[in-house]
Amino acid sequence: MFVARSIAADHKDLIHDVSYDFHGRRMATCSSDQSVKVWDKSDNGEWHCTASWKTHSGSVWRVTWAHPEFGQVLASCSFDRTAAVWEEIVGESNDKQRGLSHWIKRTTLVDSRTSVTDVKFAPKHMGLVLATCSADGVVRIYEAPDVMNLSQWSLQHEISCKLSCSCISWNPSSSRAHPPMIAVGSDDNNVTYSGKVQIYEYNENTRKYAKAETLMTVTDPVHDIAFAPNLGRSFHVLAIATKDVRIFKLIPLRRENATSSGPTKFEVQVMAQFDSHNSQVWRVSWNITSTLLASSGDDGCVRLWKANYMDNWKCTGILRGDGSPVNGSSGQGTALSAVGSAGAQSQNSVVGAASAGRYFFPHLDPPRAGSRLALLLPPPSLIEPTCETDHTHAHQPPQIRRRYTPALPTQPAEHD
Amino acid sequence: MNEVDKAISLIPGVGLKQKHVGFEWGPGDILVYETNFKLQGPGFPFVHVVRKDEDIYSPILRKLFNESHHIFVGLQNIKDDMPSKNKKPQFVSVSKNYRSVIRACMEELQQVAGMCCVWVLVSCYCVILFFVEAGILLLHLLDWVRLHKADVDEKVREVLQSESPTHHHAYWEVVISFVLQGRMDEARQILMKQANLQPASRPIYQLMDSLLQKMPIFNPGSTQTLTEFDVKWRHWHEECDRYLQDNSFASNRHLETICKILVGDEDTMLEHKELLGTWYHFLVSRLLFFHPTVKPSELHYYAQSSMDMFLDSRSAPEPLDSILLAAFEFDLHQVIKDCSIALNNWWFVAHLTDLLDHCKLLQSHNLHFGSNLREFLVLEYASGLFSHHSLWQLAVDYFDHCPEFGRVYLELQIERVPLETERKALKVLRICEQRQMNEQVRSICKIMAKRALSNNRLGSALSWSIRAKDAAFATLISERFLQDYCTRGSFSDLDLIDNLGPAMLLSDRLTFLGKYREFHRLYGEMRFTEAAKLLLSLMTAKIAPRSFWMTLLTDALPLLEQKEVNTYVHNAELQRPIYNCFSHGTNTVEHTAEEELIKTPFSNLHSAGKVTKHAASLSCCRPGLLCWQFSLTASAKGLFSSAY
Repeated sequence: MFVARSIAADHKDLIHDVSYDFHGRRMATCSSDQSVKVWDKSDNGEWHCTASWKTHSGSVWRVTWAHPEFGQVLASCSFDRTAAVWEEIVGESNDKQRGLSHWIKRTTLVDSRTSVTDVKFAPKHMGLVLATCSADGVVRIYEAPDVMNLSQWSLQHEISCKLSCSCISWNPSSSRAHPPMIAVGSDDNNVTYSGKVQIYEYNENTRKYAKAETLMTVTDPVHDIAFAPNLGRSFHVLAIATKDVRIFKLIPLRRENATSSGPTKFEVQVMAQFDSHNSQVWRVSWNITSTLLASSGDDGCVRLWKANYMDNWKCTGILRGDGSPVNGSSGQGTALSAVGSAGAQSQNSVVGAASAGRYFFPHLDPPRAGSRLALLLPPPSLIEPTCETDHTHAHQPPQIRRRYTPALPTQPAEHD
Repeated sequence: MNEVDKAISLIPGVGLKQKHVGFEWGPGDILVYETNFKLQGPGFPFVHVVRKDEDIYSPILRKLFNESHHIFVGLQNIKDDMPSKNKKPQFVSVSKNYRSVIRACMEELQQVAGMCCVWVLVSCYCVILFFVEAGILLLHLLDWVRLHKADVDEKVREVLQSESPTHHHAYWEVVISFVLQGRMDEARQILMKQANLQPASRPIYQLMDSLLQKMPIFNPGSTQTLTEFDVKWRHWHEECDRYLQDNSFASNRHLETICKILVGDEDTMLEHKELLGTWYHFLVSRLLFFHPTVKPSELHYYAQSSMDMFLDSRSAPEPLDSILLAAFEFDLHQVIKDCSIALNNWWFVAHLTDLLDHCKLLQSHNLHFGSNLREFLVLEYASGLFSHHSLWQLAVDYFDHCPEFGRVYLELQIERVPLETERKALKVLRICEQRQMNEQVRSICKIMAKRALSNNRLGSALSWSIRAKDAAFATLISERFLQDYCTRGSFSDLDLIDNLGPAMLLSDRLTFLGKYREFHRLYGEMRFTEAAKLLLSLMTAKIAPRSFWMTLLTDALPLLEQKEVNTYVHNAELQRPIYNCFSHGTNTVEHTAEEELIKTPFSNLHSAGKVTKHAASLSCCRPGLLCWQFSLTASAKGLFSSAY
């Protein structure tokens, strides 16, 4: 692996999230500087910032794209207790010539009383649906019933998770056999002996989300969670970032009787568990076909995991900062580097080659506990995240507040 | 430990202020940035694009990928139920095609040379295992070595083109190289040049010439059995040995060297390491002059010892060496494994495994997961192609031939192909349509329709939403067309709307749009009666949007002026619907007062001015006629008189 280019993001503070759009031609960045930037990739592969605007009055934790079927739509969430939906509008032609685009705020979702820690669009077959979770332990699911009018969002569901929430993931399966499902992770430090991952499933009959499963074996704080693309399988695969990386397999159990309206029960299996980060893991994410899982941890490394054809998981690559200042301007390809490399080019081919082989051949030894690099790094910081948690609120009974905007007269009715 | 360490890639500039690294998967790359998940402190505002160092971006390999794709598809089309006798030659020819594609790229890329070497060897095995005959094995090995060590051809050209070839410093090197490769006729030709110049030593040259000429070569096409060949060969071998023993060639050290090679003297061969180049050339030469009837099962023994003899004890075998050794051992699984480690992409292993799988060679070696391994590797290779802006089209066929996950991989990958232009979108769409990937087809059309609409290209948006069979969106766009008409008094994208055909039935509003435009056309062609009938049916069918009723009524005015329509109207067929249409429009507002009736329809059109404009567009509207022609209700009269 090599750094093809480096982009000077020009945020005035820490970047918290970077998000590719569906086709990988655009990306959005968000930062503690309260802004979001949108970048477009030109035909020669260079990235240009085409919009930058203040989105929130606090750190922006996450930014995410809606499916392009709904247009160019972003959602962001922030420490300022809100989430927001943004839409790009085609501006005047001279703006286009200057390579600028306009984003306007379509809605602010103000229901949370604490920091909104994650925001995710639901799979497109569900319509334009957005979930947020917050430090007060509530998952909220919003819907834009008219996809042509993104200023109308109604709060459809409020799920009280009883634990401060840090992350959510929609199950991407569009199979009719799988009702809508969302997994929630908690980084709550105050409750020690409880499962930190909860899975909620939509029930057609009650029209509500009900808890289907709590992963009782995950008791340490969870910082990220990611369902894998389903690949047409009957079971679900879920990756979790906690004190280690874990991959769970959730196999729906056959219902005892067809009329039972309760949530699906699952057989939960641990497919893999890696403690190579040897520390807190903060992010997990699958590639498009879920053949690779990436994780990032306190060891300062991004690790890439791959299963071979016999479903044995193995670390196949590590990305790590070299701790040196960047020389060279943005957009320029930076010199390749690999540990202990003499000739960058030849060494790189070795790196790639080595990884290609490890991608699929089984190894008998279990994943190693950390590398020797861990010794070179300072111990994990003892400072806790500064997210404010409001537990008193979390125990209040959930109350649905529907935000209803009457149809504007200019909105034509679908049919008379 | 080493293995993991090797895979570390350092990101320059990251880790200076924060040790946390954030990331995001992309198509063919991964974005990496410095961050702090514990949410304090400054960060370094760079985002790094990290890419896997695959060779798909090299133009030479792109050629390889393109050409091997055809061969792959050809191989997949070999029918399973064909008798294996007929299949064998096909597999052999597939293997040979792969080989020639590799060779074409070989000169341009050093790394491919290794691939070729292994490929040719392994493909030999395909041949051999189908025709297990010991004699042929060596012929294939020789063929392989000749391909691999082709520099002798260049050297011989150089020698022959020099002023005095016999005195060229490389003269004997060329002769010996030919002998080592078993190219006896060529060796003899060169030798004759020397013989002609040295009449004194002509007898020994002639002796050597006859030895070379007599050397038996197994001919699989002839009726000769392997045993007969073996007897003949031993006879010849003994004859060479005799001449060596009685010092027949003692007067010419070069000829003596050749004679020693002919009797299979390993030390002499090893003295010419630089001509052999590699231990496997040594192996083949050794077999040629020592054991030409070698059986595949014996090969491993000779391979190992040849490698040990040839390689310096100090120099460790390179990856290619162990791959070849594994191949000589028939350890195909090991070959595939080693190749994928040594080579920088999935091309070689994917195609090799696929071919072996088709030849049913993986199962015969107790790899029960054979077909899974094949699919796994082909999926990996094809996924890699998908991240390339043009190679992704090749990947489609590879996915098509992966029965288990090919379809779902294709679905996941193809919907991510950027749709920069309509042309590209149509290309992607065609692929999805051919495979009945309905959801992807719908999604692509929807994306394009949405994009066209936000760029105000209504025609394009409409045709995409028709393709997507998206009734709601088609309704919305039709609505926009009608709105635009109301504002501008003319239609855009006439071509499209005039040729909607049955697609018009997708939504009521679209039907209305199409029919309404047809009305305009009829009117323009002065076919007033037909126009009036159509307008009438539009009014009675109640598919017009409410906001449009007023426009319809206005359209009726000039029609009523026409003579032929008049008769039609006066028998009241037209009047009642118009009246109904009117009262329907007004009844929705729960007032009966005349003023209200007057106001309501107009507020739908925003202003009376628009009505005028619209009516003017019909070009023969004369306000003076309005009240006269209409035998409508008082409210209608009031309405129109107030309008003008």
